[in-house]
Amino acid sequence: MRTPLLGPVIGLLALVVGVGLGLWLDPTVPPWVQPYLPIAVVAALDAVFGGVHAMLDGRFDAKVFVVSFVSNVLVAALIVLLGDALGVGAQLSTAVVVVLGIRIFSNAAAIRRHLFKA
Amino acid sequence: MRRVAGTNGRRGGRTNGRGRHHLDPQRRAEARPTGLRAHPVLSGVLIGVLCLALGVALVTQVRRTRAGDTLAEQRPQDLVVLLDGLQQREAALRKEIADSEETLSRLRATGDRAAAAREEAQRRAAALGVLSGTVPAAGPGVRIGLTDPAGKISPEVLLDALQELRAAGAEAVQVGEVRVGVDSAFTGAAGDVRLDGVQLRAPYSVLAIGDPPTLAAALNIPGGVVDTVERSGGKVEVRQADRVEITALRPVRTHKYARPTG
Repeated sequence: MRTPLLGPVIGLLALVVGVGLGLWLDPTVPPWVQPYLPIAVVAALDAVFGGVHAMLDGRFDAKVFVVSFVSNVLVAALIVLLGDALGVGAQLSTAVVVVLGIRIFSNAAAIRRHLFKA
Repeated sequence: MRRVAGTNGRRGGRTNGRGRHHLDPQRRAEARPTGLRAHPVLSGVLIGVLCLALGVALVTQVRRTRAGDTLAEQRPQDLVVLLDGLQQREAALRKEIADSEETLSRLRATGDRAAAAREEAQRRAAALGVLSGTVPAAGPGVRIGLTDPAGKISPEVLLDALQELRAAGAEAVQVGEVRVGVDSAFTGAAGDVRLDGVQLRAPYSVLAIGDPPTLAAALNIPGGVVDTVERSGGKVEVRQADRVEITALRPVRTHKYARPTG
């Protein structure tokens, strides 16, 4: 368990550091990223919750996490791009957020069961 | 891609978990020589970088949303509603501006009218003050001196003089130290003439404000004041002046019964 735990701990620490960094630096978002950022964040959050779930299940895999993270973000951005191109950007974004939200919820439920046994 | 493609829910975790747990070590064992699994440092760095980026992005997006800089991403329908609300608000504010301006101009006009009325009232008060003798007056007029060595000038003569001056347009008259008002009266007898109860002493001096030549001519008419005084043995000296100052004042009368109407 020592090696599988290393990744999540690093990840959580990096998340905290990132939040602090964002608060401190207050970076400006380039205009071309602006439409994708909210969806990308939600997608990445989905990956993180999945990772935590996997960690608690004892099956955290660094490769799976990295790949899922990156692909989640890319797919989300692609969907937004495609939706905007097709003229259904708002609806497609809503759909993505709903799906990701459901997944985050179920992952959170699994995490809750692990932590509180309830 | 497992966590992307499908959530490992509780049931999935229970029923398939065992199999996966079996599978994972196998796969890990198989994959150990290559890929990320062989480089815990690299995987840690990757995870760290990704999570760092997520944290920054999360905070940035939250800040951006809170700053309200999200108009560009809003849907056209929402923007239309927003625009409509703003237009309604603008119309309401414009109406408020118009109302306020109208009120302002109305108040200004009222102020102007009040100022004009006050000016008019002050002008009238000054004119009435001159007429009733409650304010000093100055202007062109005549200075008249009547000598009465014989003591024969009667109150009637002085009254005649006053009447002539008034008929000639005298606007303010002072006899001796007494300002002549609308209710002035000469009383007494020759040699002991009183004006409003104040004894006048010869030589009598009369100051009148008006058109100097007209006033002088009025006194000089044949059979007029000058003739009468000269017949009584006195002399009348009329000097026209560009500036005659009448400084004697009458007390302000307060009316006991009369009240202005209309």
